[in-house]
Amino acid sequence: MNPELSRRDLLKIASTGAAMLTLGLFLPGRRADAASLAPLEPNAFVRIDSNGRVTVIAKHLEMGQGSHTGLATLVAEELDADWSQVQVEGAAADAARYQNLFWGGSQGTGGSSSLANSWKQLREAGASARLMLVNAAAERWGVPAAEIRVERGVLSHRAGHRAGFGELVEAAARQPVPTQVKLKSPGEFRLIGRHVPRLDSRDKTTGRARFTQDVQLLDMLTAVVAHPPRFGARLRGIDSQAAAKLPGVVEVVRFDHGVAVLGRDFWSAKTGRDALKLDWDESAAMSEGSAELLASYRGLASQPGAVARRLGDADAILNRGGRVLEADFVFPFLAHAAMEPLNCVVHLRPDGCEIWNGEQMQTGDQAAVAKLLGLKPQQVKLNMLYAGGSFGRRANPAADYVLEAVSIARAARHRGPIKMVWTREDDLRAGWYRPLYLHRVSVTLDEHGRPLAWRQRIVGQSIMTGTPFEAFGVKNGIDSTSVEGAANLAYQVPHLQVELHSTQNQVPVQWWRSVGHTHTAYSTEVMIDQAARAARQDPVAYRLALLDQHPRHAAVLKLAAERAGWQRPFQQKGPRGLRRGRGVAVHESFGTVVAQVAEVALARDGSLKVERVVCAVDCGIAVNPDVIRAQLEGGIGYGLAAILHGAVTLEGGRVQQSNFHDYPVLRINEMPRIEVHILPSDRPPSGVGEPGVPPIGPAVANALAHIEGRWPTVLPLKTRSA
Amino acid sequence: MYEIHVNGRAHQVDAAADTPLLWVLRDHLQLTGTKYGCGMALCGACTVWLDGQPNRSCSIPLSAVGKAKVVTIEGAEGRATQAVQAAWQKLDVVQCGYCQSGQIMSAAALLSRNQRPSDAEIDAAMGGNICRCATYPRIRAAIHEAAKQLRGRRA
Repeated sequence: MNPELSRRDLLKIASTGAAMLTLGLFLPGRRADAASLAPLEPNAFVRIDSNGRVTVIAKHLEMGQGSHTGLATLVAEELDADWSQVQVEGAAADAARYQNLFWGGSQGTGGSSSLANSWKQLREAGASARLMLVNAAAERWGVPAAEIRVERGVLSHRAGHRAGFGELVEAAARQPVPTQVKLKSPGEFRLIGRHVPRLDSRDKTTGRARFTQDVQLLDMLTAVVAHPPRFGARLRGIDSQAAAKLPGVVEVVRFDHGVAVLGRDFWSAKTGRDALKLDWDESAAMSEGSAELLASYRGLASQPGAVARRLGDADAILNRGGRVLEADFVFPFLAHAAMEPLNCVVHLRPDGCEIWNGEQMQTGDQAAVAKLLGLKPQQVKLNMLYAGGSFGRRANPAADYVLEAVSIARAARHRGPIKMVWTREDDLRAGWYRPLYLHRVSVTLDEHGRPLAWRQRIVGQSIMTGTPFEAFGVKNGIDSTSVEGAANLAYQVPHLQVELHSTQNQVPVQWWRSVGHTHTAYSTEVMIDQAARAARQDPVAYRLALLDQHPRHAAVLKLAAERAGWQRPFQQKGPRGLRRGRGVAVHESFGTVVAQVAEVALARDGSLKVERVVCAVDCGIAVNPDVIRAQLEGGIGYGLAAILHGAVTLEGGRVQQSNFHDYPVLRINEMPRIEVHILPSDRPPSGVGEPGVPPIGPAVANALAHIEGRWPTVLPLKTRSA
Repeated sequence: MYEIHVNGRAHQVDAAADTPLLWVLRDHLQLTGTKYGCGMALCGACTVWLDGQPNRSCSIPLSAVGKAKVVTIEGAEGRATQAVQAAWQKLDVVQCGYCQSGQIMSAAALLSRNQRPSDAEIDAAMGGNICRCATYPRIRAAIHEAAKQLRGRRA
C-alpha cells in the first residue's frame, strides 16, 4: 500500500468526522525507519510501526516528574499494548494539536497538569488505535470485532487467530478513524495503578539521555553571557580587546540588553566573557536590598490591602479586642537552582528559527521568538529535549532565556547554531525568583477555642501582572497565585478576610514549584497549629474538627496521622541532650491534597535534623503509584531545602549568592526517611509534581514548636540547621 | 597539545592548559554523559574516575590530568558499575536525570571498595553529589540493593 495514500485517506476521514481526534500527519523530527513504511497514526499522540513498536508522542516536557512515562501509560492502557513495546517521543510545538487542555489553547507544561489534562485525551488516543487494529483483524479473520481479545500487544480470537500489532498496522491504517470510543472502567485497568517502570531510567543511568546542554551540531558555537551586575543596569561601554584575542574566542556579540562571547567551546567562551571590561550604567538599577524591601512590606502589612476573600466581618471581630494570635511570616526570594543551568540552542536560518530546549512553554516561547524576529510562530521550530530539572524556571512568562539566546544569534555574525550556556552563577543571579513575601496573620478564637476571625494580609510581588497571563490570572488587582492556598482556606472560619498588597520592584519573579502555596501553606498551617495550642487541643483533632466541608483533607490527615503513629506516645528526649518533636500539616494544591507528619531532632548546638516524614496523598486515581511516591519524596526534599537553607538576598540591589556554597541545597545526609501513602480514589487524577512541597515547611515548623513552644516565622531556618 | 587517557584510549587534546577536564570531555571528546552543574566541585554532576577514584572533573585543569586513567559514565564498566546501574533501574531512582551520571560514578566507586556500606558511609561518599529532585532515599536504597547483589554474586 502506498503510505501517502493512506495518510490522505485518513485526512479525508478526519476532516469529515472526528471531532476530538486530530490527525497525526508528518510529525516533524520523525526518524526514517524501514520498519515504519506504513505506520498506523490514528491521531497526533500515537504511532504504531509495522515492527509493532508503539510510539507515544508526549505533548508535555519530561523534567523529572515522570510525565513521559505517565502519558505513555494512558495510551498503552487503552491500547492494551505490552509495556516493553512502548517508547516516547517529544511532541512538536503545535498548539492546535498539543495544547494543554487546562491552558485554553496554549501548549506547555506546568501547574502539575500533565496527567490531569491528558487523562481522557490520551486514553481516547490509545482506544481509537486499538479499535482500528481490532476492526482490521475482524475483517482479515472474518470474525465479529466483539469477539477479538487484545492482550499485551497481541490480538487473538478463540478460533485460533493471533496477530501482533505490527502485522495489522497496514490494514488498520485503512480503517476509518473512530469518532467515538469506549474507555475502560477502572476495574479493567492493567497498567494504570500498577507498577510500570519509567521509560527514561536506562538512558538516564548510562549517560545517554540528551539534555539541551548535550546538543552538538555542526558549526555550533557556545555563547556565554555577561549579565548586568544589578537588575535594571544598562551596558554603557565595552572593552573587548583582551577577550577577542583569547584562543577559541570567535566573536563578541553586543545584543539588546547585554553582551555575549561566542567561543569554539564553553571554556573559551567563558574565559572570554570573564575577560570583558564592561562599563555599566547603574543609575536606574535596583538599589534596595532585601532588608529595605521587607521594611516597606511591614509598613504595608499595617494597612488594609485589596480583598481577595471576605467571609463575615473579620475586622469587626478583631477590633473588639480580646486575645489575638498574631504573627508576621517572612519568606525570602528563592532560586529554582535546577541541576542543569539554563541553556538554549538556536539556529537562525533565512526561512525561520530552530530551537533545541528543555521546552516548557511552547506556545509562549514560540510567540515571543516570532515577535522578536518578525516571523510567523510556525516558522519557529522547537525541539523538545529532556530538562535537567526546572521547577517552573523553564516556563518563563517573558521567555527570558530563550529570547536571550535568540537575541544573541540575531546579533551575531556567526550564522551557524549557537548554544547559549549560563554558568551556575548566571543561573542564581539573573533573577526570576519566587518572590519575597510577608504575611501578617491575626486570629481570634471563640469560647470553644475554634477560630472565629482570621485576617491574613499578604505582601509581595505579583508574578502574573504585566505578563500574557495577566488577563486570566489577575482579577480586581488580585493575582490568584499570590493568595492561592490562603484565600481558599479549608478550615471552617466564620469571619475570614484575606488581603493582598502587590508590590513592585525590579527583581524579576516567577513561579517556583507550587507557586503561591510555597508561602501560604506555611503561614496558614503554622497559624492553625498555634490556634490548636492556644485552645489546648491536639493539632490533628483540632484540624479535623474544622474540616467538615473538606472530607479529602480530613481523610489524608487521618491516614498520615495513623501511619505516623500519632496516637502513640512520642519519645521527645534523645541521647546527648537531643530533643525531638513532631508536627503535622495538610494542604491542597493543584487539586491534590497532601498531609505530612514530620519528626525532627534538635541537638544541643541548635542544629536540627528532619528524621522522618510520613506523607498521605489524595491525587485521584493513582496512574503510577511509584512515580507518585517519587514525586512526593522529591517534593518533600525540594521543600525542605528551601525551608532549611533557601534564600536569595539582595544588598544594595546586588544578589549576594552565586553558587551552591552560599545557596546551599539539600544533600543526602539531610534527607529524612519518607513514607508515602496513597489514598484510594475513583476521581480523575490530579497532579503530583508540586503538591508534595507545600506541607513540609509547616510540618517541620510545627515539630520545632512541639520542642520549643514557639513557631519559627522567618525563613529559612538555616542559622540553626546542621 | 596534551595527551590524556580516557575510557581506555589515548586522546590528543588541543586546548588551553587551564581548561577543566569536564569541558575537555564534553566539548573536545564529545563525552556528554558527564554534566556541568556548578564549576566549583560543589555538586558532583561532573564526577569521573581518575585511577579509580571519584573526582570532580570541573575542577581539574587539563594540564593536571597527566597520566591518570580517566573513566567517564560512557566507559564505566565492571561489577560494581553494573550492579549500581541495575539497582538504579530496578528502583527507578532517576527523575530529571541530570545529576545521575555523577551519582552513579560516586556510588560505583564506593561499592568497589566497600561492599557493605552503612548509611553513614553512604552519606560520606555521596555527600558531594547534589540531586535537586531529591532522589536521595532511592539512591540510598539502590546502593544497598547493589551492595547486596555484589555480595551475593561473590558468594
